This record gives sequence, structure tokens and C-alpha cells, in this order.
Amino acid sequence: MGTRKGMEVSIGIAEAAMMANVDVIPAYPITPQTHIVEHLAELVADGHLDAEFVPVESEHSAMSAACGSMAAGARTFTATASQGLALMHEILFIASGMRLPIVMAVANRALSAPISIWNDHGDVMAERDTGWLQVFVENGQEAYDHVLWCHRVAEDHDVLLPIMLNFDGFILSHVVEPIEVWSPEEVKQFLPDYVPPYRLDVDNPWTFGAVGIPDIYAETRMAHNEALTDSQKVMEKAWNELSEVVGRKYHAVESYKTDDADIVFLIMGSVAETCMTACDQLREAGKKAGVVRIRMWRPFPFAEIAKELGGRKVVVAVDRALSTGGCGGPMASEVKGALYHLDKRPQVIEFIAGLGGRDITIGDFMDMYDKGVAVASGGALPRYELLGVRA
Amino acid sequence: MSSELTNVFAAKMLPQAELFSPGHRACQGCAPALAMRFMLKALGPDTIICNSTGCIEIISSSYPESAWGVPWIHVAFENSAAVASGVEAGLKAMMRKGRIPERKITVLAQAGDGGSMDIGLQAISGALERGHDMIYMCYDNEAYMNTGIQRSSGTPYGAATTTSPAGKHSFGQSTWKKSFAEIAVAHHIPYVATASVSYPFDFMEKLKKAAAVKGPALIHVFAPCPTGWRCASNVAVRLGRLAVQTAAFPLYEVVDGRFRITQNVPHLKPLKLYLQPQGRYRHLTDDQIEYLQAELRKRYAALVARAEATQE
Repeated sequence: MGTRKGMEVSIGIAEAAMMANVDVIPAYPITPQTHIVEHLAELVADGHLDAEFVPVESEHSAMSAACGSMAAGARTFTATASQGLALMHEILFIASGMRLPIVMAVANRALSAPISIWNDHGDVMAERDTGWLQVFVENGQEAYDHVLWCHRVAEDHDVLLPIMLNFDGFILSHVVEPIEVWSPEEVKQFLPDYVPPYRLDVDNPWTFGAVGIPDIYAETRMAHNEALTDSQKVMEKAWNELSEVVGRKYHAVESYKTDDADIVFLIMGSVAETCMTACDQLREAGKKAGVVRIRMWRPFPFAEIAKELGGRKVVVAVDRALSTGGCGGPMASEVKGALYHLDKRPQVIEFIAGLGGRDITIGDFMDMYDKGVAVASGGALPRYELLGVRA
Repeated sequence: MSSELTNVFAAKMLPQAELFSPGHRACQGCAPALAMRFMLKALGPDTIICNSTGCIEIISSSYPESAWGVPWIHVAFENSAAVASGVEAGLKAMMRKGRIPERKITVLAQAGDGGSMDIGLQAISGALERGHDMIYMCYDNEAYMNTGIQRSSGTPYGAATTTSPAGKHSFGQSTWKKSFAEIAVAHHIPYVATASVSYPFDFMEKLKKAAAVKGPALIHVFAPCPTGWRCASNVAVRLGRLAVQTAAFPLYEVVDGRFRITQNVPHLKPLKLYLQPQGRYRHLTDDQIEYLQAELRKRYAALVARAEATQE
């Protein structure tokens, strides 16, 4: 059993990367992830972590250097947010297409314009189809555990894909929480050294990043897609192993008080904790509310979503991003896709909430619940609603 | 510099191994491909190449074939210097932590003139400033040849390209070629050199010096492109020589800030000899050629003065 310490979640993420004994950290400052790379720089400067800290001149170069160090065979960790993630966009596809298992923490933050340093999921939703594994965490402990878990999953030879660890900017990144840190023995038991199947090796030269002519491009995309989809098995296995080591059990989709629920909230990220508190209050008032949280965003958990939501009457989906001029909420859109083929599918009420750091309160969840009840009793189903936005 | 680096003066004394193998898809007479061949003869098998998107990447790596006998990685267009930073850092960390044996491995990043002087300049500046132990090499064929001969900031004044065409209101490229090597010098790195495929021993000697220094080194190698320069495919090497002899592309090195001209040209040849075989300059009038020659000579004189001023 590890020690429980109060620490800022960003510091916790950096400490977990140190426990993973990462070799290379290409880093560029951007709010609100900066505390992670600042703390890693300190850990390297003080000799607590033997790694190359590469203070690159942009996020584009951070991701490019990460591709280089990973191809050389070195365990590589970086972190970014918002505009930084957007600047990496081009290279994200290449990192995954070249099967380079980079681990990147993303302190989710709104995209400009207008410029906003505050939290929503607009940044990661724009990178949805980059071919990376993507998970969301809700609190400091989950963030810490998942840094180690991400290395374990990404570097597995049945996966070999980069992974984004999404956590809410400021709401999580700058909050001090109690975090149970792992002992070196626990890390050793859970996370083996990275052994690359291929690396830039002068004794055994490989060509990385060759041209894909029309005869081979589609096959490589299919192989990538299969590897990404199949990696769920390794993710589940690693969650099981993590629970054996530290006793905390995580799942691709997690449910809270859903057994007899009439109306189920669907949500990702730290606001799920507010949602669960609202759910408790609704239950106290005799209302049958439940919460389903999506942890595993890529690959998308189609089977789990269908199983959990298939027979329900009303699902209240709370998105943290807006697909402008399109479907509305990207999470709700995917969830509806997962439910479409079912004989009995719920009505999905879509809300887009908390854009650019706007608070989402317990009262907001109460309002969304009431609207869910109205739809359940035959009310009109709006396409989607931007919650609490002034006209 | 140790003298053992500089003792190869005959082609037969070069390593026989072709680490950049024949059978690639370069155009006939491609001087950048020749630069690759010389580069690996100089650096040998313990070299890792980080290649930008561009002619050399396209012609050498069409899956399932590869012309590369050394480890080679291509990520994107503007970032080979950043990729090489990561490779160098990764090797350093793994050697220090005992995961791979300690060994001298040369990491070389490269791109053409567009990938270096335009879109890749930020990543190059970052890599040079951070002091990675690596070589950056720009193979300069003076335009975006892979996409169809568009102008770059390495395209010389007066040259016609598909995006700086000559016409009634245009004499081709209206701006001066960027002094790329001097940008590297401004980073105070230990070694910077210009080179040319037409002076292969000078080029290879400079590569060996670049590999031997601790820290970043940069080589700007002139590599004519018959396709893009609208000239015969058998004149690339001759044009490279004329570029030096007319001061269109002087050869020099800068060691710890001290300039040295490595091919002195006391009597410069008329610029017209260099321009005349190239279709990209065929629209230029005698007056324009005169103006261009005067400016290049002025710049060459300034370089000579700088070399004299920075001698030990």
C-alpha cells in the first residue's frame, strides 16, 4: 500500500511520470498543463529522475521530438493543452500511424477565439480521429494511476499506440487532492521496462515513415484501426492488473446508481463528480437518477454503452464541447451512433455545458434532470441545448 | 581539427559500401541524390538520418523499398531538426541508463531548401540553440522541386520558378537568397559550413568535422537540380563548380565563429557562364545579369573581408 499525500494534481501527474522512469520529456509551456513540465524539470534538475528534459521551441516540435525519442526506443512523456494540442495536430496522426507509444497528459482547455485558458473538451474533440488511444479521468488519484497505466498499455506489443490522458484544466490540474502514491515495488510489479520491437538501431537499420503508395495506404489504415480497436483487451487487462497492485478498479464505462434509474446522466471528466453529488440529492428526494461515465473514449466502448443504456427511457448527455454547425455534442453524437442499431433505444437529450470554464453546478444537473422528466412524459425533444447560455 | 579527418583525396580511397543504394527514383542527374551518397560515405554506418518530407524522402523510401542502409526516419516536412533532437536525447538517456551500449552515433537531420529555410527554420533554430549533438544538413536545390519547382527563400534572385515566373511584369524571383549558413552562425554553434556536391572531398571533409565536434553543426550543401533548373541532366556537377567560381555559392566554413573560405576564387568567372546553361535564367537581360553579378561579387568581397577579420 502506497502513501497518501496531499498534492496538486499536476504535481501528482509529474510524480507518476517520475515513477514510470521516463527517459525523455520534450516540453513546452502552456496553461494549464505547465505545472507538470515545471515539476518534471525540477525532478530532473534535482537528480530524482534520470531523463533528458528537452525544452523545445513549440508544441509542434514537442510532438516531433517525442516521435524521435520514441523511435530511438526511449520511454517518452509529454503534456499539453488547447492551442498546444492543436499545434501538434499534424504530428499526432504521424505518431499513431508510425505506432509510437508516446504518453501525453492533456489538461483540457477551450480553444481560441475568443482566447480562453479555462476548461472544456473542445481541444481533445478536435483530435478525436488522430488514431490515439484516449481516456478521461475524474480526480487526482485517477490521473496519477493512469500515467502508469498509460505507459503499460501504450507500450504493450499488442498495442504500440500513443495515448492521451485527458484531465480537466484548472478544475483538476490546479487542485490539491489526497493522492495515494505508488511504491517502487508496486511500479515494478505493474510496469515493465519498455522493450521496443523496432528502433533506430545502427546494427539493425530500419526505415521509419516510408511512402505509402495507393497499393498499401488503405491496408496500413485498416491495420491501425484494428490495433486501436483491439487494444481494449489490453486496456481491460491492465486495469485488472492495476487493481491487483493498488486495489483500485477502473472500467471503460462506469456506472453510478443506474440499476433502477429512470433517467441516466452521461458524462466524461471531472464534472462527473458534481453529477454524482446531484444524483445523490435527487435520490434523497425520491427521484431515480443515475450516472454513466465514459472513461475510455478511444477506442469507443460501443458494446458497454449499448449494454448500459440500451433499455433505458431517457439519457441526459452532457457534452463539454460543441460541434459547430454539426451534431451539437460530439460525445452524444457517438453515443447515439452506438444505440442506433438497438431495437429498444432511449431518447437522448443533449446538453452542451461548461464551455470555456463556465461552472456546472448541482443546480444545473437538477434543471437537466427536470427537462429529462419532461421529455420522458412526452415533451418535445430539442436537438440540443447550450445550457444556461444568454441569448 | 585532427588531420586524420582530412586525408582522403582520391575516389578509390573512399569506402566501397553504398549506404545510399542505387535503384532509387531520383531524376536523371539529381545532385541531391549524389549528396546523399557522399554524405554516407563520409559518415559511415553508425549514422541515423532524420529526413524531412521532400525530394530525397520521396525518391528513397517508397514502401516496401528503401534506399537507406542506415536507420532512417521521416516524420513530416517542417520538423526533421526536432525529430533529431528527440533521437539524440533518447540515445543519450538510454546510453546513460545502461539500456543500450555507449557508442558514438551520428544523428543527422536534413531537408531541402524549402524544408530548411522556410517551413523548417523554427525547428532548426530550436535544435541549434538547445545544443543537441547533431548535424543539420540542408541540401539546397533552390526551389520546392518535389511539388513542381515553386520558389522558396533559397531561390536566387532572377530565377524563374512556377510561383515566381518571368513575365511582362516580372523577371522571376524578386528577392535575394537567404543566407542560411549565417543564420546558423548567429546561434554560436561550433561548426557551420557551406559545401557543394561538385567539391566532394571538401564536402565529405566538412561532414567529418561536423560529426566530430561536440554539439550542433550545420552544413548547407549546394545540389543542382537539372529538372527544376531547366538544364541538361549531365551538367549538374559542372554547374555546381561554376556556382563557386562565379561567387553564386561560395564555399566556406565557420569554426567557433571564425570564417575560412575553403575554395578561394581569386579570379571570379563571369556570372553569365553559370546562368547561360540554365533555362530558369533565360529571360534575364544583360543589364539584369550585370546587376546580379555586381551584387554577388559585393557579397563575396564581404565574405573574404569577414574571413580575414575573424582569423586567429
